[in-house]
Amino acid sequence: MKRYFPIIVLAVLCVLPLVGLNTYLMHIVILSVMWAVCGMAWNLLGGYCGQVSFGHAAFFGTGAYCSGILAMKFKISAWYGFLLSVPLNVAVALSMGLIVLRLRGPYFVLATLAIGEVFRIFAENVVDLTNGNLGIMIERTWVEKTQFYYIVLGLGLLAYAVVKFITESRWGYYFVAIREDQDAAESLGINTTLYKTIALTVSAVLTGFAGSFYMVYMGYIDPQIVFSLGEISILMIMVVMVGGVATFWGPTVGAVIMVILAELIRSIPRVGVAYQTLFGILLIVIIIYLPNGLVGDFPKIRRMFQRGAA
Amino acid sequence: MSLLNVDNVSIFFGGLAAVSNVSFDVEKGEILAIIGPNGAGKTTLFNIVNGFYAPSKGKVSFNGEVISGLKPHQICRRGLARTFQVVKPLQRMSVLDNVIASSFLRCDTKAKAEAVSREVLQFTGLTEDADIISKGLPLGKRKRLEIARALATGPELILLDESFAGLNPAELDVSIEIIRGIKARGITIMIIEHHMKVIMAISDRIVVLNHGQKIAAGLPAEVASNPTVVEAYLGAEH
Ligand SMILES: Nc1ncnc2c1ncn2[C@@H]1O[C@H](COP(=O)(O)OP(=O)(O)OP(=O)(O)O)[C@@H](O)[C@H]1O
Ligand SMILES: [Mg+2]
Repeated sequence: MKRYFPIIVLAVLCVLPLVGLNTYLMHIVILSVMWAVCGMAWNLLGGYCGQVSFGHAAFFGTGAYCSGILAMKFKISAWYGFLLSVPLNVAVALSMGLIVLRLRGPYFVLATLAIGEVFRIFAENVVDLTNGNLGIMIERTWVEKTQFYYIVLGLGLLAYAVVKFITESRWGYYFVAIREDQDAAESLGINTTLYKTIALTVSAVLTGFAGSFYMVYMGYIDPQIVFSLGEISILMIMVVMVGGVATFWGPTVGAVIMVILAELIRSIPRVGVAYQTLFGILLIVIIIYLPNGLVGDFPKIRRMFQRGAA
Repeated sequence: MSLLNVDNVSIFFGGLAAVSNVSFDVEKGEILAIIGPNGAGKTTLFNIVNGFYAPSKGKVSFNGEVISGLKPHQICRRGLARTFQVVKPLQRMSVLDNVIASSFLRCDTKAKAEAVSREVLQFTGLTEDADIISKGLPLGKRKRLEIARALATGPELILLDESFAGLNPAELDVSIEIIRGIKARGITIMIIEHHMKVIMAISDRIVVLNHGQKIAAGLPAEVASNPTVVEAYLGAEH
């Protein structure tokens, strides 16, 4: 049963548009998959390799602006942004790595947070390239959701395959070894700087794809949205924390829950505007009661319900 | 040519000379013990040899090549592995995965890495614990896991930092057998140890450190009867 689980999920996801969900529900599903991609990307660096980044909006925004700027300034299809985002995010990851990967623990966290903010401020001020706070508006390729859905599903599969392949290979062992004890890893022959750089770069490129997708799908971006600390960098972390750090399905489960929750809370009159506060409270509850997330602590949750039923 | 050459090495932490002008050689195939009172600089010496610290003065050569200044992972790749006095298991990984992470250094596929790891676990008597998450391992086995991981990197020289501390007599005997087995495989051993009984039983030569300085070196019997050594160990009580 367990072996077929991924195939069943994939089959369900493939036929999902055929069941005739309305536009709004399709939108929720598309956003969920996009956030699952972000979560899987973040999880590779933060979950497996143990390098907790608060600056992944830098990669998301870079991806988004690759698409946006190509379409707006160069009148090329925004879809080429996916291609352009690869070398750009590799460059961003490598230069960011040079600064942050020598730092450990809270210093790493703060440095990534600062760099994320630098990107936002940069995008706000280099108006000639980015339109600044006016943002970039492009024409969307399709009005229908279905095509976008299959595109983002493809991205989801790509991210899943990459994470699965890496975590089961030598790299995966090295990432976890670095997370568990960097000094031990180094003295066991693991080039910790190199493998942290690899984790950061792969994570950056996948996050950038999600950003490019955001541009082509939403049709509008500005620095406050795609380089946002609260709504991109931290939400990415929440997706993984809620679902389960360093688990395969955690980011996906977390993404679905967070997207639905965001929509639900935002639709509550008056309370809705404070949804970030509620997210904060949720995060605290999760950290206290389910430190390994819904997927990681699933046995614990099941026990809780069994006891409740008995 | 000796396998390892420590040449006039010193390191300063602030004003403290934790290791000062220490020189010695390790010959291929021998067991060299480093002994000395607490705070003598033994672990610091290992940290220099293994590349965690660059010496303030002097140099270390391995197989004729200067290694001081290289990073620990580069030194490990050249065939010099170590264990930690304060054990550093990869806590949330199983015992087997701990060892696989090390054996990947010389194996290009996971199947090979796993085969090597299982063999090393067998050798160190940890086969039954292979699937245990290493966080839950008792201290005696964690010490052995340190040895297993170091062996899995395929070393020519292995540095063991107090692999016997805190073991009960039964575990002690197991570990002594493991050390003898390592030597029998042709791996050279440098070992830090406080247990004099163990030292006398297994070592070929001894280097004695005190306050960062080498105060004596020689065969076990010579060192045991050396008045300076006796003084260093018993000084406080005289
Ligand atoms: N990174 C460091 N910074 C400052 N001082 C240090 C550092 N590492 C070691 N020392 C000091 O160097 C001296 C030697 O320490 P070391 O750990 O090498 O002793 P040791 O011989 O291994 O002792 P033990 O038998 O207790 O393990 C001690 O005084 C210690 O406090
Ligand atoms: Mg010590």
